[in-house]
Amino acid sequence: MGCSSEGVAAALRAAAEVVAEHRSELVELDRAIGDGDHGENMSRGFTAIVSALETEVPATPAGVAKLAATTLISKVGGAAGPLYGTAFLRASTKLGDAASIDVPLLVAALQAALDGVQARGKAVGGDATMVDALIPAVSAAAACPADASIADVLTAAADAADRGAESTVDLVPRKGRASYLGERAVGHMDPGARSTALLLRAFAEAAR
Amino acid sequence: MKKIINDPATVVAESLRGLAVAHADILRVQDDPAVVVRADAPVPSKVAVISGGGSGHEPLHGGFVGRGMLDAAVPGAVFTSPTPDGVQAAVAATTGPSGALLIVKNYTGDVLNFETAAELAAAEDLDVRSVVIDDDVAVKDSTFTAGRRGVGGTVLLEKIVGAAAERGDSLDAVEALARKVVGQVRSIGVALSAPIVPHVGEPSFDLGPDEIEFGIGIHGEPGRERIPAEPADALVARMVEAVASDLPYEAGDKVLLFTNSMGATPLLELYLAHGIAERLLAERGIVVERRLVGPYITSLEMQGMSLTLLKLDDELTELWDAPVWTSALRWGI
Repeated sequence: MGCSSEGVAAALRAAAEVVAEHRSELVELDRAIGDGDHGENMSRGFTAIVSALETEVPATPAGVAKLAATTLISKVGGAAGPLYGTAFLRASTKLGDAASIDVPLLVAALQAALDGVQARGKAVGGDATMVDALIPAVSAAAACPADASIADVLTAAADAADRGAESTVDLVPRKGRASYLGERAVGHMDPGARSTALLLRAFAEAAR
Repeated sequence: MKKIINDPATVVAESLRGLAVAHADILRVQDDPAVVVRADAPVPSKVAVISGGGSGHEPLHGGFVGRGMLDAAVPGAVFTSPTPDGVQAAVAATTGPSGALLIVKNYTGDVLNFETAAELAAAEDLDVRSVVIDDDVAVKDSTFTAGRRGVGGTVLLEKIVGAAAERGDSLDAVEALARKVVGQVRSIGVALSAPIVPHVGEPSFDLGPDEIEFGIGIHGEPGRERIPAEPADALVARMVEAVASDLPYEAGDKVLLFTNSMGATPLLELYLAHGIAERLLAERGIVVERRLVGPYITSLEMQGMSLTLLKLDDELTELWDAPVWTSALRWGI
């Protein structure tokens, strides 16, 4: 069973709720190693997505993803805006004109999102960024059996992203504002990795 | 948190409204996306000089919009870079066939958003170039970090490049000049207290009463190291050492010394520190030929200061002295 444009919209609404619930946590994580705006910025972006979806839900999953991309790029700012915006934009391109997302297409879209984030932010695994959550998430999704459901694939991705985000606690950041802290940032989870894990978990729950 | 605000969500918009009212002779403010534009923009046959970044650093950059400096400034949310559509709006309001130069401070968010905006402008056949300033000696410049941050040197860069654009230099010339300035300006900052971002409502970092963050950026992000508080003589010596020993300063060099308050350090202390810095530079044989002292690139109400050195030559000195008419800097007119 695939995921229609309504399904993608529902996943984004769920993500907005999760981001709002975790706004303070993301602010605190960012405050420790950056400037403390990540929760606020993500919350602003996803609130804007929800209000854009109230006006109109685009007809295809790609259209919904593109709407999320342009909204994030134009409302969030900071590093999160262009990075998450690029992720959704690349996913949207990969989704093409498909009326619904099946598992192979989902995996391809996740891979495209990861590639986009890495192209924009130039981060690799181990730099202590959102990429450390995305890389294992995409691998886990790709490793799912062919007959898995969308929800199972997203759950596997979210589980892996959680572990990936956890792994950033022990890393010395090499990209983004936390990199200025060097060793002093060790012991703190990367806020971008955490928000990536939260988004994937929200998508997985919405798909159930 | 005590602040003179109504709602953290509208701080920037309300502040811009006040800026527009206070300086209607110099600038105007466009809404949605927010852009501060020179009152007489677009100025025909002139390279547009555009800068921007998170709010909370006032007067940077809106305070430097005006004749002889910036054609437009793009304010983001507090400590958050503006979005590409804001930069696009600034380009649309100011840029003609002579093109535009975007001045970008080296922070991941600023670089990504301005990069995206420059790509969009190129798609509209506008000649828009970018220069990234990275003058902060506190950060190791290596492939293992995001690179040195753009800090106090930004103000000097905007003044000098703005003067060159005002006199009619081509985009090629203005861009080359900007790269030259970036190559010979260096800064270091210290914080005695953390700022309070309005929507966070508590200090950006916790600093003990007898502690100083050495090597800070302009966002209340922690610095290179935490040191015990020390008298001004020792602290300024530590700062001068950090800046002057970083390439390219040598005995005999003529420089501009910029002593900047991070927001809450009063002029009483700032001039005290400036005097010490001048004396220490003289001891190194570095000749201070021009000065700027005051709060020009701040970090909300953070206590602290930064020192910036720019190596001068005749061209840079002439451009520094050239007339400027903005809300925060004005002379020669």
